[in-house]
Amino acid sequence: MSRGEKGFGIIVTFCIMFLFWLILSEFFDAFHLIMGGICSAIVTLISHGLLVKGKSQKMLPKFLRLLFYIPWQLWQIVLANVDVAYRVLHPKMPIDPRIIEFETSLRGDFALATLANSITLTPGTITIFVEPGKGKFWVHALAREPADAHLVDKTMQRKVAHVFMECNGPSMGKNR
Amino acid sequence: MLLVNVIVAILLTSGMFFMFIGAIGLLRFPDFYTRLHATGKCDTLGEGLIIVGLIIYHLFHYPGTSLVTVKLLFLIIFIFIANPTAIHAIVKAAYRRGFKPWRCGEGRR
Amino acid sequence: MISMFLVIGLLNVVTILLCLYRAVVGPGVFNRVAAVNVIGTKTVVLLVIMGYIFERPLFFDIPLLYAMLNFIGTLVFAKYLERGEICSW
Repeated sequence: MSRGEKGFGIIVTFCIMFLFWLILSEFFDAFHLIMGGICSAIVTLISHGLLVKGKSQKMLPKFLRLLFYIPWQLWQIVLANVDVAYRVLHPKMPIDPRIIEFETSLRGDFALATLANSITLTPGTITIFVEPGKGKFWVHALAREPADAHLVDKTMQRKVAHVFMECNGPSMGKNR
Repeated sequence: MLLVNVIVAILLTSGMFFMFIGAIGLLRFPDFYTRLHATGKCDTLGEGLIIVGLIIYHLFHYPGTSLVTVKLLFLIIFIFIANPTAIHAIVKAAYRRGFKPWRCGEGRR
Repeated sequence: MISMFLVIGLLNVVTILLCLYRAVVGPGVFNRVAAVNVIGTKTVVLLVIMGYIFERPLFFDIPLLYAMLNFIGTLVFAKYLERGEICSW
């Protein structure tokens, strides 16, 4: 990685850390600002490779698309939580657990982590194991309907692939 | 002011309802994996609802210190990311150690 | 309004006691680790509600810190149970 890209990563990380400090502490006099600058600089020097990896990753449009993905996700969470509440309170407890596995076309770290988090947050499914080389997911499902929504529909995979700008099938090629 | 109190009361009650569902699921379900289904998610949503209700209460009753609501917002974001990750870590450890999942028709474990 | 927060806090304590049953009885170590994680999450909500009962709205660094500690504690437990060691130096 060239030095220009590394410098860009360091500056962006320092700005984010300093903004965090300013929001969490409510004193804006000189002493606290200097302390904030020193602490942000130490944290940035230790861990600058984790958050931003250079200019060529197009973080800003991905971040904005992520912000639009979150309200749809929240609505799915509320709907499916009501379904789990119904299954818990029913006197016969209609569950039929099984383990399913499927392949996706996502390869980036952040995209795989977001999909695993979304699968675990929607009730009815928990991610058990992820294989990052091939994009395979092992998922434990509570009944047949939540499992079908992942195997047959693939709505969530398509939306996450759209957020992180990864191609969604072998027929689409990208030349950028 | 009465409208704000009613909205806060509705949000707090529904959040508490989901937390009760989580605790009852922990007791009723027959297997380790299914218990984690009930608690891991209903807990997260119930907490989110309760803290959103408290943010609305804070904005109307203590209008001087509004920067504190940003801290509560960070708490919600952190819980929505951290709770599913912790649940996934426990389930992965159990699966690697050979815990078999429950099938319909077996006894309780 | 404060009396309503007191009722919600007491209901929270009741749910924590219900989870304690699974922490004591649950056959095997994995059930107990999961129950302790759930109790930690419910404690964070209890701390936030207590901040409003005692009318100290500047109290909220403590629940934030405890949520992070709970998360890291559960991750360390899970890593030890999976591999038999925590760091492999």
